[in-house]
Amino acid sequence: MGREDAKGAAGVIRKLVRFLDQRSGTAPLLRKTLRYLFPDHWSFLLGEVALYAFVVLVATGTYLALFYTDSTHQVVYHGPYAPLRGQEMSQAYRSVVYISTTVKAGLLIRQTHHWAADVFIAAIVLHVLRIFFTGAYRKPREVTYWIGLSILVVALLEGYIGYSLVDDLLSGMGLAIGYGVALSIPFVGANLATLIWDGPFPGAQPFFGRMYIAHVFLIPALLAVLLTAHLGLVALNHHTQFKSTRRETDRKLVGVPLFPGQAPRSLGLFMAVCGVLFLLGGLAQINPIWLWGPYHTYSSTNGAQPDWYLGWLIGALRIMPGWDLVVDGYTLVPNPFWGGVLFPGIVFGFLASWPLVERRVTGDFGYHNVLDRPRDAPWRTAIGMGMLTWVVLIFFAGAADRVDVFFDISYTAQIWFYRGAIWIFPAIVGGIAYRVCIELQRGEVIERDRKQAEQEAAVAAAGSR
Amino acid sequence: MRRTLLLAAALALAATSSAAAANRGLIQEGKTLFGRDCLSCHGANGSGVGPTSRTIGAGPLREQGVLKGLGPSLQGVGALAADFYLRTGYMPLQHVGLQPRRSRVQLSDRQIEALIAYVASLGKGPSIPTPQPQRGNLAQGLHLFTDHCAGCHQIAAEGGYVTGAVPPPLEDDSATQIAEAVRIGPYVMPRFTTKAISNRQLDSIIAYVQYAKHPDDRGGWALGHLGPVPEGLVTWFIAAAALVAVCMVIGKRLKAT
Amino acid sequence: MARPRDIVVAAALLAVGRRRPKLQGDREPIVPRGREQPRTELAVVALLLATGLFAAAFIAFYALDRLPNQTQLMGGALGLAFLCLAAALILVGKQLIVTEEIEEDYPVPEHETEQETIAQIVADSGSRITRKRLLKASFGVAGAALGTALVVPAASLGPVIDMNPFYATTWRRGRRLVDENGRPWRASDIEPDDFYTAFPEGADKENVSSPVVLVRLPVSELHLPAENAGYDADGIVAYSKICTHAGCAISLYRTPLFQPDEPKPALVCPCHYSTFDPADGGTVLFGPAGRKLPMLPITADASGFLRAKGTFDEAVGPSWWGVRMRKARPA
Repeated sequence: MGREDAKGAAGVIRKLVRFLDQRSGTAPLLRKTLRYLFPDHWSFLLGEVALYAFVVLVATGTYLALFYTDSTHQVVYHGPYAPLRGQEMSQAYRSVVYISTTVKAGLLIRQTHHWAADVFIAAIVLHVLRIFFTGAYRKPREVTYWIGLSILVVALLEGYIGYSLVDDLLSGMGLAIGYGVALSIPFVGANLATLIWDGPFPGAQPFFGRMYIAHVFLIPALLAVLLTAHLGLVALNHHTQFKSTRRETDRKLVGVPLFPGQAPRSLGLFMAVCGVLFLLGGLAQINPIWLWGPYHTYSSTNGAQPDWYLGWLIGALRIMPGWDLVVDGYTLVPNPFWGGVLFPGIVFGFLASWPLVERRVTGDFGYHNVLDRPRDAPWRTAIGMGMLTWVVLIFFAGAADRVDVFFDISYTAQIWFYRGAIWIFPAIVGGIAYRVCIELQRGEVIERDRKQAEQEAAVAAAGSR
Repeated sequence: MRRTLLLAAALALAATSSAAAANRGLIQEGKTLFGRDCLSCHGANGSGVGPTSRTIGAGPLREQGVLKGLGPSLQGVGALAADFYLRTGYMPLQHVGLQPRRSRVQLSDRQIEALIAYVASLGKGPSIPTPQPQRGNLAQGLHLFTDHCAGCHQIAAEGGYVTGAVPPPLEDDSATQIAEAVRIGPYVMPRFTTKAISNRQLDSIIAYVQYAKHPDDRGGWALGHLGPVPEGLVTWFIAAAALVAVCMVIGKRLKAT
Repeated sequence: MARPRDIVVAAALLAVGRRRPKLQGDREPIVPRGREQPRTELAVVALLLATGLFAAAFIAFYALDRLPNQTQLMGGALGLAFLCLAAALILVGKQLIVTEEIEEDYPVPEHETEQETIAQIVADSGSRITRKRLLKASFGVAGAALGTALVVPAASLGPVIDMNPFYATTWRRGRRLVDENGRPWRASDIEPDDFYTAFPEGADKENVSSPVVLVRLPVSELHLPAENAGYDADGIVAYSKICTHAGCAISLYRTPLFQPDEPKPALVCPCHYSTFDPADGGTVLFGPAGRKLPMLPITADASGFLRAKGTFDEAVGPSWWGVRMRKARPA
């Protein structure tokens, strides 16, 4: 290796690469990694948005963990926030009030952390929708898809536990409901709930410590493993692509290499996610727990809601009629089970089983690296839109009380409307989606024929001269 | 000396009797207004118009025809109740049979005073309260508000829902109106006497409600103090929308094939 | 010795001077050459400088004590710093770097030869074993037993088998009803059209069986079912404050001012609006609760204090599989 090229930036890189390769033999791997191809479409970046939100969560969460106290031991508040002075509260709640009022940049980081959690799950949902409606879950990517669904379920749990650690009035009510839902699981619910809570609600002393260790260690570790497996499989299978030109096929990938093309774009997206999250963290107040006050089992407030990603569950719990399924004195199915366990079970069961169901029904067991546009798979799009409508309507039902306060539409009337609409609207929306796909496809065929006819006419005109 | 005393007594007598005369004039004015706006539901002399064939507590009557002319007795409700219902615009009732709501007051100040004087004359009742929220304790106010009020009115007094009614947000209420509502228990609100909530405790509650109109929003844009619902709207319509836009700038869009 | 003039000249050169990057020898470029965008370069520099300024502003805002709206200023500064950096990087990516479109083969669907080889390696390796099934079964038994043994200590996390705590309540016959501060409630304290929270004297207030809600109804309006006969204290009724749906505290009391025109008295839960009838033993009027509200029998003692006559008529809290199988147990 000549030292004559050792001048300037190129020389530094060469020296660095030589150092690495001589000590680990990884130059071939590094070259492959640098030239790893990314097919280019904006919707392929949604998963990255979720990943970067996760990075922000870990960074801000680590900071918060250095100030939080995971104890329910009752203390009296004597801090700077006047409306809470002299009030009894847990040490956990007091530590979060302390972070929000006294620690410099504490409130900024706490709010950024909470916004990041909301955005993390929103990004995952958008990403899952893209995966579903383009058929990216087909062979060989079923395992990647199932790992991704697991990440979503774990993320929902992690967010719920995270905001419940604060022990404020709103999240405390949410924990009580979580306990009620756990209790409602047939046969084993009560046993499972007392196992987790170490006794009946509100649980014994270790419970908050358990939530804390789960939230800062166990679940993040699990998420890290799942994410590594997910990204690893994506890399091994290479990313799917749309057929935007004649070059893309199931055998040939067309994409942008990681370096130099993709790296600044991905880094830019990372910085944009950080920017949006910190802007929100500073400018938009989220979960002002000092206003809610501490939680007690005998206290509650009107208008308590879970964070948005559990809104579908509160909607289900509210519209469900009061059916406890009792068999000879044995309460087989307590009411919260229908909305709190069965409903999400059906949704995730549908999502998880869909790759298997679809290929059984269509008879398509082949490998797919080229994506469908939604219009290319009318049945999938229609069924997916139907399920989405079902979930979204139930989600809206959860806010019917606010709608009554704002728009003066009777709450009970809304509940009855939703009870019917959640079965009728999905069928209508699915039907419309199907027709739209068919019409779009037909339009493309006509357009193609028209272009071909024009070309032939132009050739004929040129030939006759 | 005696003449001065006699003169003073005569003047006092004259003042009282002229005040009494003025008051009688006000009450007469109020009676006229009452006859115009309130008699059909509250009956002559405010004795109330009740149903004759229904049992009490059977639930709301919804047929318009039956509802015409159905209202509680006002004898003994005092100036307190009249002041509350008239100054908030709860009365005259906009839609008979439904919950009274805050609405534009169409009576002049003088007309309201006249009606208050008339209703107060219908029987001995509580006078208009004079709460002193500046003497209240904010922390005690939050605690009492959580215990007695937050279940319906929401912890930050932003209003809420109870089956069959809409407890309103309290941002437009004056200290006097809050005190009055607590003592009346309008529509389906509980009625808190001084035994349940003393005047000093009421001062603290009002201090808290006044604080809740502009509470500590050190975190930024308060989103109405409603919690996760507006937070979710911001997540989707601001954050997710912005980030999807960034993705569309970075990545390619599909052209029609 | 750098003089100020030299520094200014150097900065100007840095800003204005441009140098075309040199090719490495005579080799063909791997990454194709692209068009230069000098104006974009300046825009990127400007954005990076802005990033630095906003970051410095953040540090300044952090350091200043007693700054009003400090959180907003810090968040704004830091957020804008990131956004400027994002814009700079995206511009670099779109205009200062060549975005190549390269073709490559997808990995082969499978490697049948290797799969065969692996299967054969495993098969060949068992050449010395004569009792394959027995050994497999033995390993299975050992693994299952050891695995179960490792998981069993999880049962210490909480009471799994013993369901008695679910029926236990903090109430018993004779226990006085006290308020949040431990002051005993008198029957005369309980006024109509109001609602009160009570706890058993000396008990843990956070226990779900402790809080009860007290309301007074006219005796003529009470129509308690037979099993709740005598549960009231001259019209004062006491119900568990914990909703039987999912466990929130029932802190809403709907009480009509003018009964012919307004909904009848009801206890309502703010979580999912389960509505209970206090005049009827706590039956569900509306909402997803599947079980009536447990009722506590009370009476006024000789001094006028309210005391429990026993414990609730049924188990307290949200439903679970055994909630109807046994009665609530007194303390």
